[in-house]
Amino acid sequence: MAVIDADDLPLFAPSKKVYPQSVAGPYRRAKWIILVLCLGIYYLLPFLRWDRGPNLPDQAVLADLANNRFYFFFIEIWPQEIYYFTGLLIIAALVLFLMNAVAGRVWCGYLCPQTVWTDLFLAVERAFEGDRRERIRRDESPWSLDKAWRKTGKHAVWLVIAWWTGGAWVLYFADAPTLVRELATFTAPVSAYVWIAILTFTTYSLAGIMREQVCTYMCPWPRIQAALTDDDALNVTYRYDRGEPRVSVKQAQRLRAEGVPAGDCIDCNQCVAVCPTGVDIRDGAQVGCIQCGLCIDACNTVMAKIAYPTGLIAYDTDDNVKRRIAGHRPVYRLLRLRTAIYAALILVVGGAMIYQLATRQTAGISVLHERTPLFVKLSDGSIRNSYTIRLLNKRPEERPFALTVSGLPGVRIETIGPQATADLRPVVTVEPDSSREIRALVTVPADVHLEKSQPLTFTASDLFAGEIVRAEDHFIAP
Amino acid sequence: MDGHHDRDNFDSVTGHSTTGHEWDGIRELNTPLPRWWLGVFYATIIWSVGYWVVYPAWPLLTDATRGVIGYATRLSIEQDLATLRDFRAAQSKGLAEASLVQIKADPDLFRVAMAQGKAAFGDNCAACHGVGGAGAKGFPNLNDDDWLWGGSLDTIRTTIQHGIRFAGDADTRVSQMPAFGRDKMLTPGQINDVANHVRAIAGLPTQPRADLAAGGKLFAENCAACHGEAGKGNREMGAPNLTDAITLYGMDVASLTETITNSRNGVMPAWGGRLDPTTVKALTIYVHSLGGGE
Repeated sequence: MAVIDADDLPLFAPSKKVYPQSVAGPYRRAKWIILVLCLGIYYLLPFLRWDRGPNLPDQAVLADLANNRFYFFFIEIWPQEIYYFTGLLIIAALVLFLMNAVAGRVWCGYLCPQTVWTDLFLAVERAFEGDRRERIRRDESPWSLDKAWRKTGKHAVWLVIAWWTGGAWVLYFADAPTLVRELATFTAPVSAYVWIAILTFTTYSLAGIMREQVCTYMCPWPRIQAALTDDDALNVTYRYDRGEPRVSVKQAQRLRAEGVPAGDCIDCNQCVAVCPTGVDIRDGAQVGCIQCGLCIDACNTVMAKIAYPTGLIAYDTDDNVKRRIAGHRPVYRLLRLRTAIYAALILVVGGAMIYQLATRQTAGISVLHERTPLFVKLSDGSIRNSYTIRLLNKRPEERPFALTVSGLPGVRIETIGPQATADLRPVVTVEPDSSREIRALVTVPADVHLEKSQPLTFTASDLFAGEIVRAEDHFIAP
Repeated sequence: MDGHHDRDNFDSVTGHSTTGHEWDGIRELNTPLPRWWLGVFYATIIWSVGYWVVYPAWPLLTDATRGVIGYATRLSIEQDLATLRDFRAAQSKGLAEASLVQIKADPDLFRVAMAQGKAAFGDNCAACHGVGGAGAKGFPNLNDDDWLWGGSLDTIRTTIQHGIRFAGDADTRVSQMPAFGRDKMLTPGQINDVANHVRAIAGLPTQPRADLAAGGKLFAENCAACHGEAGKGNREMGAPNLTDAITLYGMDVASLTETITNSRNGVMPAWGGRLDPTTVKALTIYVHSLGGGE
């Protein structure tokens, strides 16, 4: 009795090596252009300069972890403003949803780094080992000098690209030209080499070895995407209303002459041959399909050759296929509630972020009440509270702030330590692009009636630029 | 019952080989440890041998094996401390060389002194004066502007350096208030009058039965030498100002009676012998900057 124990079955199908064939057409061209643009930006952006004045780095995009600053062109983010990244991530998610609602897995097919780098690695593979048939034949043949040098060359170039990918990554975290010099002379920080090694490994293994398995097995987006999509989203679709039944050109002519229906699909399998994930689009929408449109290019090429109308595979919906079968006209609804809501949300979040950025202050004040003691009675009976005040200066030049306090009659403020004054107000000078902590004493005369706790407002005014920041705290009395 | 035992060391129900052990017809399946597990286990044994050689490992009677690289946690802490001392050397040198007034005027030195002073205060002073110098009954609040022995930089440093009524320091601050009641210098009735007089000059209500005139006379005869005729105190003697809003032991009649009867002579240790001069300086700056410095 041959019983197959379910526990012994593998959890997923053994990987079948995919040999994508080269293809030409508008989608392929679009993918090349996007690839060049994305990789160009990624590799070259760290070298773009942006003048911020004498005290700040001049790199356009820089995550300065050592000094806790992030620079993006004219924007400088402090650690406590990390919520801007949250906003960016929310917008990114919404854009992903919108793209998905309009035309399915646009991200997967054209923009995802996994797709872009895999495309690049495939181009290298093709340059060394030839196109699909040649690669299959060589992999099946025994080892030879020719096979060895082609494989070695391919992996060497892959490693160089992977290494360069890691190299570009670390350039975003330090001054790029300096770091390049340090890397070349082996004087760069150890962490730089470690990160380059890590990214070399991930790029090489993800784009060179694992490829479509990342999309099919590792990536959560196909699952989320399947839950988010609807019947009106355009997808790369095999129009089976037109394609089935699959017969050769000659047989189709014969069948049609006899009045028997025949499909336009001649079962040439070109759509499968060019597919980077090795799926058959004619099986319908599936988790393995990244919707890159290369099967559209392949099919259209064949259709043109045999003088059939193109568009057997195209961006369409399953509903439209069914409508055509039922004799109705296809319906394309780009503007619908789902796309409108996503677009509106993007506008709202984006608008809120732009508003925040435009109105954000370049100074800041925070106040911490001293707890031991909460208050002090002075010899003349007046009551004093002390506070730790932190002043932030986000500008690249030194700024003097005058401190005032309001909310109680006769209240006055003084600071501890070396200081200047302006109109009897204590002045605290904060160095460029930094913060300063200072201890302040706030005193209320004896004759003022005080509750146990009353609100107090601290104000710091930039003596030159006039910017004013405020903080609320409390004044505690016996 | 042994029908399914088709071979001696094989169990056909589970498809496992057995160890050959059998108890009451129950046979033990041979399920060895996974090879990778065994491999890791042997590797850790080999590793541990290397560890014994390299690191301190075996306890001996009075010591332990040292290990060839000479590692010790104590050593690494000492190295860390040495690194810290080197790191602080420049700043400490600045503090050691500058005068108190210079430190107070220099933003960088002031910041260093405040940080060191705060740490030293927490370690040494907070037990009595409280964290932040808030004080308690009998232990002065260092945040206010009322000073027994003076609130200038130099007088604060002297107080920290030599202490108050501290037996172990020849230059300590000394004064002694007599125990007027205990030593029979004043009768309880007289003490009550003096206590009420003190409340009167502090602007506080007095008891109706008290003889304020007598109290004032007694104050002039017995107390004014140190506290001054108006009760404003004298920092040379550490005699507190009795007329201001701040009191160390309480201004109610009962507390005043206790003070006059048995006297109060608070003691503070001299820190000059325990802390280095730079730390005393930092403490001086810190205390001076708590709010009441003069």
